[in-house]
Amino acid sequence: MTMLPERQSGAKSLGLVIDLDTCVGCHACVVNCKEWNTAGYGAPLSDTEPYGDEPSGAWLNRVHSFEVTPTDAPAQIVHFPKSCLHCEDAPCVTVCPTGASYKRAEDGIVLVDEDMCIGCGLCAWACPYGAREIDPVEQVMKKCTLCVDRIYNDNIPEQDRVPACVKTCPAEARHFGDLADPTSDVSILVAERGGMDLMPEQGTKPVNKYLPPRPKATADMAPLAAIAEPKAEGGVLGWLDRALDRL
Amino acid sequence: MHPAVSVIFFTVTSGAGFGLMFLIGLGWPMPQGGLGVFIALALAGALAVAGLVSSTFHLGHPERAWRAVSQWRSSWLSREGVLAIITLMLFGVYAFLWFFFDIRSTALGLFMSVGSVATVFATAMIYAQLKTIPMWQTWLTPACYLAFSLTLGLVLAGMLSGNGVVGGLPTALWASLSIVLAWVLKMMWWNRAGSIGFSTTGSSVGSATGLGSIGDVKLFERPHTGENYLTREMVHQIGRKHANKLRLIAVGLGALLPVLLMLLAATGVVPTLFLALAAMSLLAGLFAERWLFFAEAKHAVSLYY
Repeated sequence: MTMLPERQSGAKSLGLVIDLDTCVGCHACVVNCKEWNTAGYGAPLSDTEPYGDEPSGAWLNRVHSFEVTPTDAPAQIVHFPKSCLHCEDAPCVTVCPTGASYKRAEDGIVLVDEDMCIGCGLCAWACPYGAREIDPVEQVMKKCTLCVDRIYNDNIPEQDRVPACVKTCPAEARHFGDLADPTSDVSILVAERGGMDLMPEQGTKPVNKYLPPRPKATADMAPLAAIAEPKAEGGVLGWLDRALDRL
Repeated sequence: MHPAVSVIFFTVTSGAGFGLMFLIGLGWPMPQGGLGVFIALALAGALAVAGLVSSTFHLGHPERAWRAVSQWRSSWLSREGVLAIITLMLFGVYAFLWFFFDIRSTALGLFMSVGSVATVFATAMIYAQLKTIPMWQTWLTPACYLAFSLTLGLVLAGMLSGNGVVGGLPTALWASLSIVLAWVLKMMWWNRAGSIGFSTTGSSVGSATGLGSIGDVKLFERPHTGENYLTREMVHQIGRKHANKLRLIAVGLGALLPVLLMLLAATGVVPTLFLALAAMSLLAGLFAERWLFFAEAKHAVSLYY
């Protein structure tokens, strides 16, 4: 059913908190996501021409890199992993004509029932974040499942019951937990670091939060300026430098 | 957005079919005699059905298309399917009574007309509902779809009835009034589309990444070197390359030439021929117009690319 579920008291809102300060842009989360999800939930995540001229394929998580230039400081690079934000007001759910796209009442995970998906692509059009991609072989909509087949999996050790991207991140830039519980580790992290929503103006109320990069220590430009102005102190070069300056 | 040929064909032809169905339901003059009635019914039915069938061609799993009627409470796409099926069923009964018993039921016709309008409106709302595409999210989108659907219906009705007269005006003149209205709305739509950007929501690369509060944000590196589903489907650029030429084609074949042919038809000389030519020209022009509707639309996800 593609009506959004009624918010129940005590229901979880499982999601990710992604730290843009610590992400090093290694793409390990992207690769482990593909590895787990090509063998787990639903149809495999296929590729077309993986070794050809135009490799392409379905991925549930991708890392973009942005250059941010403050007015009074040098530019910085921010690596930006992006996957489904499991929105509270998920527009991808309500537009689905078949009921394949749904949001779970108990934990807020947004999923696709691939056997009911007609591959019309309207949910991907409705998502402002680009979190959904049609599988080029199975022709059904694929998206992040928050590794629903890991986090509730009794057959794997308890410490592994987190999404594959979180488990694999070498920088520990990804955190998983219940964002509806204000006492959870992820909620505390969001409160302490000023966790933010992506495109809040779209009214989607994302569950996943992003932690902004910590303010950089303002680079003291003065020593750099000295290097920028080359000056020879002594010897023949120093004499030449001074002589040419005077000309 | 990627302009899928099947969807362009669907929106134009089913619009024409339901436009004609709307007029048949209103009791618009139609040809007399078994063959004439058959041609009118076959044309309306075939255009509407052909459009709907073609819309399933862009689906990954057309064999599951029947599932799409289930979610009418939340989904415009589902509503469109439900309304189209109801309208076609009403049309089937109306056609049966008309063809076999020569009865044009007024009450049934009115329901069919309302159903036709609702179906075309729902088709337009599939696009107009999307907050991610500000160019589409306006009342002008359904207004344009409805006005072009009515215009196509009028041109076809005039062609079928040999320019039948309603309210003292020949159908060709009704069609020319309708086409002027349609293009006034479309010019307003284009005018708005030209400057709208992402201003309806205020989305920007800064808000998309949340980094706008730090400084000026620009993409440094894409997540991958090649194309992906998102860039092909929603960050589509190639379709915009010939936008100016396509606009000229849309206006030439979709407005100027049909109006000329309609006015020639209104003089009463071989109106069927002139209106048939007008219909063909209008269809071709609207294919160009609909191509641009998709190709020029900018999706919020392009802010990440």
